[in-house]
Amino acid sequence: MSKNNDEYLIIRNDNKYEVIIGLEVHAQVLSESKLFSTSSTKFGSEPNTQVSLVDAAFPGMLPVINEHCIKQAVKTGIGLKANINKRSIFDRKNYFYADLPQGYQISQYKNPIVGEGSVILDMPNGEKNIGIERLHLEQDAGKSIHDIDPQNTLVDLNRSGVALMEIVSKPDLRSLDEVNAYIKKLRSIMRYLGTCDGNMQEGSLRADVNVSVRKKGDKKLGTRCEIKNVNSIKFMQMAIDFEANRQVDIIEEGGSIDQETRLFDTKKNETRSMRSKENAHDYRYFPDPDLLPLELNDNYIDQIKKDIPELPDEKKKRFIEKFKLSPYEANILVSDIDISKYFEEVSKKSDVKLATNWITGELFALLNEKNIEITESPISSKNLSKLINLIKDGTISGKIAKSVFEIMRDGDKDPITIVKEKGLKQQSDPKELENLINKVITENPKNVEAYKSGKDKLFGFFVGQVMKNSNGKANPKLVNEILKKKLN
Amino acid sequence: MSNITDLKLVELVDKIKKKELSSIEVTIAFIERSKKSKKLNAYISENYENAIKKAKIFDQKPDFKKKLPGIPIAVKDLFCTKNIRTTAGSKILENFVPTYESTVTQNILDEGGIIIGKLNCDEFAMGSSNETSYFGNVQNPVSENLVPGGSSGGSSSALAAKLTPATIGTDTGGSIRQPASFTGTVGLKPTYGSCSRYGIVAFASSLDQAGPMTHDVKDCSLMLEIMSNYDTKDSTSVEFKRENYLNNLNENIKGKKIGIPKEYRVDGMPKEIDELWEKGIKIIKENGGQIVEISLPNTNYALPTYYIVAPAEASSNLARYDGVKYGFRSKGENLIDMYEKTRSEGFGDEVKRRIMIGTYVLSSGYYDAYYLKAQKVRRLIKNDFDEAYKKVDAILTPSTPSSAFKIGEKLNDPVSMYLNDIFTVPINLAGLPAISIPAGHDKKGYPLGLQVIGKAFDEQSILNIAFALEKNISFKNNITDWWIK
Repeated sequence: MSKNNDEYLIIRNDNKYEVIIGLEVHAQVLSESKLFSTSSTKFGSEPNTQVSLVDAAFPGMLPVINEHCIKQAVKTGIGLKANINKRSIFDRKNYFYADLPQGYQISQYKNPIVGEGSVILDMPNGEKNIGIERLHLEQDAGKSIHDIDPQNTLVDLNRSGVALMEIVSKPDLRSLDEVNAYIKKLRSIMRYLGTCDGNMQEGSLRADVNVSVRKKGDKKLGTRCEIKNVNSIKFMQMAIDFEANRQVDIIEEGGSIDQETRLFDTKKNETRSMRSKENAHDYRYFPDPDLLPLELNDNYIDQIKKDIPELPDEKKKRFIEKFKLSPYEANILVSDIDISKYFEEVSKKSDVKLATNWITGELFALLNEKNIEITESPISSKNLSKLINLIKDGTISGKIAKSVFEIMRDGDKDPITIVKEKGLKQQSDPKELENLINKVITENPKNVEAYKSGKDKLFGFFVGQVMKNSNGKANPKLVNEILKKKLN
Repeated sequence: MSNITDLKLVELVDKIKKKELSSIEVTIAFIERSKKSKKLNAYISENYENAIKKAKIFDQKPDFKKKLPGIPIAVKDLFCTKNIRTTAGSKILENFVPTYESTVTQNILDEGGIIIGKLNCDEFAMGSSNETSYFGNVQNPVSENLVPGGSSGGSSSALAAKLTPATIGTDTGGSIRQPASFTGTVGLKPTYGSCSRYGIVAFASSLDQAGPMTHDVKDCSLMLEIMSNYDTKDSTSVEFKRENYLNNLNENIKGKKIGIPKEYRVDGMPKEIDELWEKGIKIIKENGGQIVEISLPNTNYALPTYYIVAPAEASSNLARYDGVKYGFRSKGENLIDMYEKTRSEGFGDEVKRRIMIGTYVLSSGYYDAYYLKAQKVRRLIKNDFDEAYKKVDAILTPSTPSSAFKIGEKLNDPVSMYLNDIFTVPINLAGLPAISIPAGHDKKGYPLGLQVIGKAFDEQSILNIAFALEKNISFKNNITDWWIK
């Protein structure tokens, strides 16, 4: 069974089943205020402190579109290489729930703001295109809290009315790795654009997962089940894994899949039915009469296009062409906007190759160890570039640089100062080195004889001795050169 | 001097500006008369004490530049008023006190108006007789046990009975014009987008418009001037040049082309109404206006269209009254049970009927046949008017197909009740302005109204035409103060 890479096949009794996945990602729009009101969207505030009369659906209150959110959706649409619809309509999706104050969610149904687009995934076997069906804007609901008061459910409306972009993919995903890559790429694009912070812990990025299976070779898609509101990549993968196997089991037993909405239980690691198609809500969508159709003109869209920054795909291309990075290295460095920024800052002032190695090697190891983001790195890009320059100009060796790095990580100290204070400057004076080498040769006559009679391996011994006597500061390149001259 | 309460709005404003009357004198006069008129049941909430305080404050430092200098006014209880209970005529909002002010009432306050109370109306403005109000029937001052029309029935009653010098209503399908017609008063529904809907309890958002109800066309012009403004808090508010309606008021209608739509000659319409219409036509002609026969071919479909669109929007607009956040809440076993009990007990029959109709027409499988079809027909009705306005400046029709009826007469026959709005509903569907002015009486002595329909945002023209009609009709309301012992 291979769940990953370009295909996820489930094999039962010689039958091979292909798993088909589509995602509806809910991305919170990066915006100071809500989609239809001026309340703050700040995360983590006291319950019900960011609620306007509009958010709480008081009588006679009316929604007014927050233009910034429109701009963010258009930007994201452009980032997804999608069609921007010049006319879109806000609809009411009607249903009752305690944390839905209006009794309807304002969403976009038949006429979304963004149409078809695509996202490129870099998979081990090459690039893969994932189709985007649409992107629409909608309001988030509030939060029902069931575990504070034993008798009552409490409602927090801080989130009520916050703008979400629902990004619907085509059923193009075929493996858990692709799901992982897709979410990460989407997140990366939106973070480059500044349209969503992509913070999954705070719920800024959640997804409904559509899963179906079909016998390999079948053209027709199987009946799908929708798993609601999964909030981490790991859980998405677990939910898909469980759900796909559940569906295969049913088919193998001669049954058929019912189209339904399911919930993923993260504790039991299983999906279970939430409601069947027969019991599906009738949302009674209709255009919201409080809002006029949203009309965008070419000028408005062009203006936004002008402000679109370089996105990961283009940046990768540039890194490969300009810096001669390998696609693998380029991928890592463009995967996140903050990493790419850091890399560009370092490489602007120092050697690109060394910058690539030091960032993807030492620095990433350090960030991993501390479990922090690059924006919280204890070593600034400025100091890392200084360190690289010290290596490049021969002031210190790569080995010494590692010990300087160890000192830098505790407080972002200037590497030049460290080298000076600790006297770590490389010994590169040929005369001094010659003295050192002469001393080693004189002290080890037997080894000299053995080397000259053909024991080439002893060369390393002499280098080691010289380095030891110099406390590691001798320039290894020069030591090599001089030693060779002396011994041969 | 005659009674203060006999004075019209413009006259009162004039006398206050000339310091012949003070705000407190005027305010107390209307409050005293209101207190004596409880039998009409026109008020849901009284704000007398507070109003008297405000009047005193005004008199201490009067600002005569205001358009309503210290003028007391009672308003329909569909407008949210800060710190004054706002019920929309429903049990579900029985104890709801807004912390905010509707734009229209704020405009009135900004011009120096003083709110003396909140007037009865059909529950959530759903009704044509004020009989669906949780707070009971309203009496028409014209005659005992006669409905004052609806949904702005408390407004029309209070105005006709001179409990307020002018008032405001809302009109979704005729709720200003029909009660005005039933009480011998003037009522104007402005173009959709003219008056802000912010802070008005919503019934059907694409049809609702606030408008003035007054004793005459002059007062109406002044009130419209105050109420109407562009408001960024309402996305459907329209930015257009608003006139100085009162200043520009002009009875000269020479050369104006007035359309008479043949489709409004409905079967079974009382002869008196036909005669009234003829009277209007004659006056137009005598004053140099030109009468043009026109056709509005889709008129017949207006009522069914309205009774799909309005309930559909209402079913969604009223979903917020769920007992969770504010208003009435009934105890339930669980969330669903609480919803069901709250809404069953909190809403009256007519509101429930419309929520059910609205839910039905939006349901999947029925949406295309009802809601979508209705929207298409609505477009055709709008097109009819657009066509007509290529030929005419305004349109003249009766306001209602009958005069006021007895309380209880139509309560159990919703369709007959709905038919009352047959002449007013098409105008809401088309989003146009229309004014109803009193034009005569029927055999029983009950008032009848004529309606002048205008082009979008051309309120000035219909005010002018109504002004000319008013001058020539010299209507007199024969109201005895039968309800005051």
